[in-house]
Amino acid sequence: MRERHLVAWRIGGEQGQGIDSTGEMLATVCNRLGYYIYGYRHFSSRIKGGHSNYKIRISTEPVLSTSSDTDVLVAIDQETIDRNHHELVPGSIVIADARFSPQLPEGCPARLLPVPLTQIAQDLGDAVMRNTVSLGVSAYLLGLPLQEFEKALQERFAKRPELAEKNVAVLRAGYEYAQEHLPRLEWTLAPGDGKARLIMMGNDAVALGAVAAGCRFCAAYPITPASEIMENMMAILPRFGGVVVQAEDEIAAISACIGAGFAGARALTATAGPGISLMQEAIGLAHAAEIPLVIVDTQRGGPSTGMPTKQEQSDLFAILFGSHGDTTRIALAPSTVEEAFYDTVTAFNLADKYQCPVFLVSDLSLALNKQTVEQLDLSRVTIDRGLLLTDEEIAAQAEEDGFRRYRITESGISPRPLPGQPKGQYLATGVEHNEFGKVSEDPRNRVAMMDKRWRKIPQDPRQMGLQGIKYSGPANPDVLLVGIGSTFGPIDDARKALSARGFSVGHAHVRVLAPLPVAELSELMAKATHVVVVEHNQQGQLLQLIEYKVGKALREQGVDLPMMHSVRKYDGTPFLPAEIVARAQEVIRYAEAS
Amino acid sequence: MLKLADFKTNEKSWWCPGCGDFGVLAALQRALVDLGKPPHEVAIVAGIGCSGKIGNYINCYNFHVVHGRTLPTAMGLKLANRRLTVIAAGGDGDGYAIGGNHFLHAIRRNVDITYIVMDNQIYGLTKGQVSPTSGVGFVTRSSPHGNIERPVRPLQLAIAAGATFVASGFSSDIKQLASLIKQGIEHKGFALINVYSPCVTFNKVNTYDWFKETLINLDEDPNYDPTDRAAALAKLIETDEQVRGLVYKAEQPSFEELFPGFREEPIVHQDWTMPPEEFEKLLARYR
Ligand SMILES: Cc1ncc(C[n+]2csc(CCOP(=O)(O)OP(=O)(O)O)c2C)c(N)n1
Ligand code: SF4
Repeated sequence: MRERHLVAWRIGGEQGQGIDSTGEMLATVCNRLGYYIYGYRHFSSRIKGGHSNYKIRISTEPVLSTSSDTDVLVAIDQETIDRNHHELVPGSIVIADARFSPQLPEGCPARLLPVPLTQIAQDLGDAVMRNTVSLGVSAYLLGLPLQEFEKALQERFAKRPELAEKNVAVLRAGYEYAQEHLPRLEWTLAPGDGKARLIMMGNDAVALGAVAAGCRFCAAYPITPASEIMENMMAILPRFGGVVVQAEDEIAAISACIGAGFAGARALTATAGPGISLMQEAIGLAHAAEIPLVIVDTQRGGPSTGMPTKQEQSDLFAILFGSHGDTTRIALAPSTVEEAFYDTVTAFNLADKYQCPVFLVSDLSLALNKQTVEQLDLSRVTIDRGLLLTDEEIAAQAEEDGFRRYRITESGISPRPLPGQPKGQYLATGVEHNEFGKVSEDPRNRVAMMDKRWRKIPQDPRQMGLQGIKYSGPANPDVLLVGIGSTFGPIDDARKALSARGFSVGHAHVRVLAPLPVAELSELMAKATHVVVVEHNQQGQLLQLIEYKVGKALREQGVDLPMMHSVRKYDGTPFLPAEIVARAQEVIRYAEAS
Repeated sequence: MLKLADFKTNEKSWWCPGCGDFGVLAALQRALVDLGKPPHEVAIVAGIGCSGKIGNYINCYNFHVVHGRTLPTAMGLKLANRRLTVIAAGGDGDGYAIGGNHFLHAIRRNVDITYIVMDNQIYGLTKGQVSPTSGVGFVTRSSPHGNIERPVRPLQLAIAAGATFVASGFSSDIKQLASLIKQGIEHKGFALINVYSPCVTFNKVNTYDWFKETLINLDEDPNYDPTDRAAALAKLIETDEQVRGLVYKAEQPSFEELFPGFREEPIVHQDWTMPPEEFEKLLARYR
């Protein structure tokens, strides 16, 4: 029998039918068996009804993307088949509830296995447990040990033992039914390495990173796909003496964080595009008054309410150029769930160090899709509070010539007292002010203050000790793929596929949106013939940014920009590696032919 | 011993001579001296408007924020360091127009902050437009045909929304106002002090003389019971809020007292390092 190292399993049905929890269960079990997981939830903006499905790629190797094929499709209704059959390939199977007399469309290469899922569940108690029956069937077909599923169900229903028992019975019945009635498959899933890792989504990692970094204050207003960050914080912070406020709106949320930041706490707010729009004025205040805080933007489909449950990366301009007046930005862009954890920690340290708001740029796929994460290393978490003063230092400075909160220093970073410290009293304000914080419209002071705030933020991520670009591929690739955020996985897969087809391809993933790693990018781009920017928006926001910033840097070196191509997707679904391969090939061929 | 001078700054005033906000500033400084709060333990979050400049003239930790957002900012500040005396201050436009929503929610939450609104029934800083507390028929630059909108009644609104401390001050009676501010600061939970603070430049209707004539002093009425919610509302309706003194007060737990796990030790003073065993517990959910 053929062993497979990667299997894609998908369950579909009506929203509210427990599709998610069934997927979670399989993901948890596979994680414990030592597989790598990538989960992809497809859901719509309604709570009940409407088709939803959950796809899980189970692999013996790290996996960071979803795919265009499905090996095992569990169909709770005919709609699941109708909507997903195009993903079925020779060797695929469809486990479908016999209740609805399932039918595959003509020519579909998959094998249909009708199973009386509802019947079995009903016979043992309740039709709603049909998903659990399908888990039992899946366990048998994939060759996964039943006990692990039983254990997971026991844990899930720990507080309701009678439900746990019923579910276990139903699970077994499904397994046994499959054993008796279903044919063996011609492939089997290779065993996992048995090493249990973590499985979580970006929103979990951000909350964990925040708490580990010392964040004890969170204020946010619910919005998809950011809400889990606030919910996680609410679950965790009371244990650590912190506080979470569900604010009345995003303006209140960021204002509360600014207040907490002024006081000296590490504060976090998390939102999506519409919330970022509402926060823009306050972001300017945090910049001008030099208040640290961390703002997470889990981007989703815009503009306006757009497609709130769909993938997009179209807030780059809002993050970089939003708010009024001249402001500088720091924006980190994790590309995996693991990076989301460490980047959150870094964001807090940078916010304190540079006394300014720091953005964490996420997107729906990163925020909500579960990934396998290696053990998170707490020893890599440090808390760096930046230029805070002791009471003695404040007293000494106050003695000298009065305490200057906004002292004009060479680095641009000024010493910061916290409210409650004697002799450090000052006026923090968004109004232009002098070194003491006093309102000043003196032209020379204005220029000095503007320059000080601009100067304090380095122009290159390396000066902040950050990796601006995550690069993989040969040293001098012909084709350079560039992306940001959750597209890391699909681009990485595409790079491998393109290399296999004989292209010389490199992948530069942008890890810091601001300051953009211009030097590193220009070095890479100077050598490439083609640059293909892959992003989830219509206007090519990342491409424009690179053309503008890197183009300028290259021109200054007397080098021409290489051929710039764009692969954009804004239909709400995440990139499939195959799409990137096809479109990258297309643009390169076209460019070379013309 | 603290002196008034401890709360003064050498900043020259931007306020027009005679502006009611001078009285509010003096009363606030007086209250802080009386309470014996050292300046570094006091934080004032001020809004945008003439009134919002109050933080420029008082020595303590001051935060001058964007228009209308004093209350959520003050909340964050207080929750981060509960040892500070936190005061939010601004105008009627700042508080009841652009910041109106925050007003309701600050009351709902009952975080331990004191909110002073300098109510001059006009927009001062933007040179005299109609405000949410302006009377019907009031002619201003933005209501040349007379105001057709009915005024917000902040005291009734606050009581109806569940406020636990509601007072009304008059900026020319510094002694009473200082006492109200003091009581507001001592009150556990959110305290609203709406102060009639005349704008001598743009409001020629609601003048000092006008207020002197209309305002009824509740503190001098032995029959008035500020713990009786229904009576307080009745009084405010009857007088159209032309009162001064303590209007209403109730004992309720503050947000801080109710928030699960919230500690006596201020957040900013806690040790934030994550113990490895605690971290492992957090990770267990994801295995
Ligand atoms: C977002 C925003 N909109 C408008 C303004 C302009 N603005 C400044 S102060 C003010 C109103 C001030 O009125 P009020 O709060 O009653 O204070 P006063 O000046 O009367 O004390 C306005 C509209 C602003 N600063 N910010
Ligand atoms: S314009 Fe009115 S509110 Fe503003 S300072 Fe002058 S008198 Fe006071």
